[in-house]
Amino acid sequence: MPTKLVVDCSTGVTTEVELTAEEIAQREADAAAFAEEQAARKAEEDAKAAAKAAAEAKLAALGLTADEIAALSK
Amino acid sequence: MANTFVALATVTVGSGGAANMEFTSIPATYTDLCLLVSTRSSTAEDSFGLQFNNDTGSNYPYRNVQGDGTNAQSFSGTTTKIYRGRQPESGYTANTFGNSQFYIPNYAGSNNKSVSLDTVNENNATTARASLSAALWSNTSAITSIKIVPDSGNFVQYSTATLYGIKNS
Repeated sequence: MPTKLVVDCSTGVTTEVELTAEEIAQREADAAAFAEEQAARKAEEDAKAAAKAAAEAKLAALGLTADEIAALSK
Repeated sequence: MANTFVALATVTVGSGGAANMEFTSIPATYTDLCLLVSTRSSTAEDSFGLQFNNDTGSNYPYRNVQGDGTNAQSFSGTTTKIYRGRQPESGYTANTFGNSQFYIPNYAGSNNKSVSLDTVNENNATTARASLSAALWSNTSAITSIKIVPDSGNFVQYSTATLYGIKNS
């Protein structure tokens, strides 16, 4: 059973407490939401990187040098 | 002499790890709070946030900028905890811990609660990340408890957090 550490600021006493069923459910929901968010961000970053590479390839095909292409993004 | 920073309590994770860390019964007698956190995660991909007064709702809007030495990124949104402390993940250099500072002014007042955060994870290799956030708890209640909540895993042994109360008298 996962536990949490609870410190009472009025006494300074720390207690190790087992998570309740509700807290465990919340924790699982949080983890699922986090995984979903991370996957969405990675997909977005991958799409941006692919679009950038495609655009650079098209510019190179038009005759721009690597330095000229790099200057466009600054 | 003014007691500008007063350590209210410290919590340190033991050998079994911890699902979260929580400060309760926070007195309302200071002007601001400062929370210093040094943690490491048990899982391969993780970060953490804060929840106030056990509020798990989507009441925490934020603006964030971060960089890892190669990429700079900016994020915004509203989430279920103060966004977002960074910490080494399980694959990072062994025995390294991240550092985060949350500053919470006017925590006992009757306005929504603003929070500023600076945070770094440590890797001593690659992909270490520094991050700054401006966040809000959309709630006018005085903050009486703070829970430090990982996004997916547990905090490992020797992770620690200290809460300070701040006042100038």
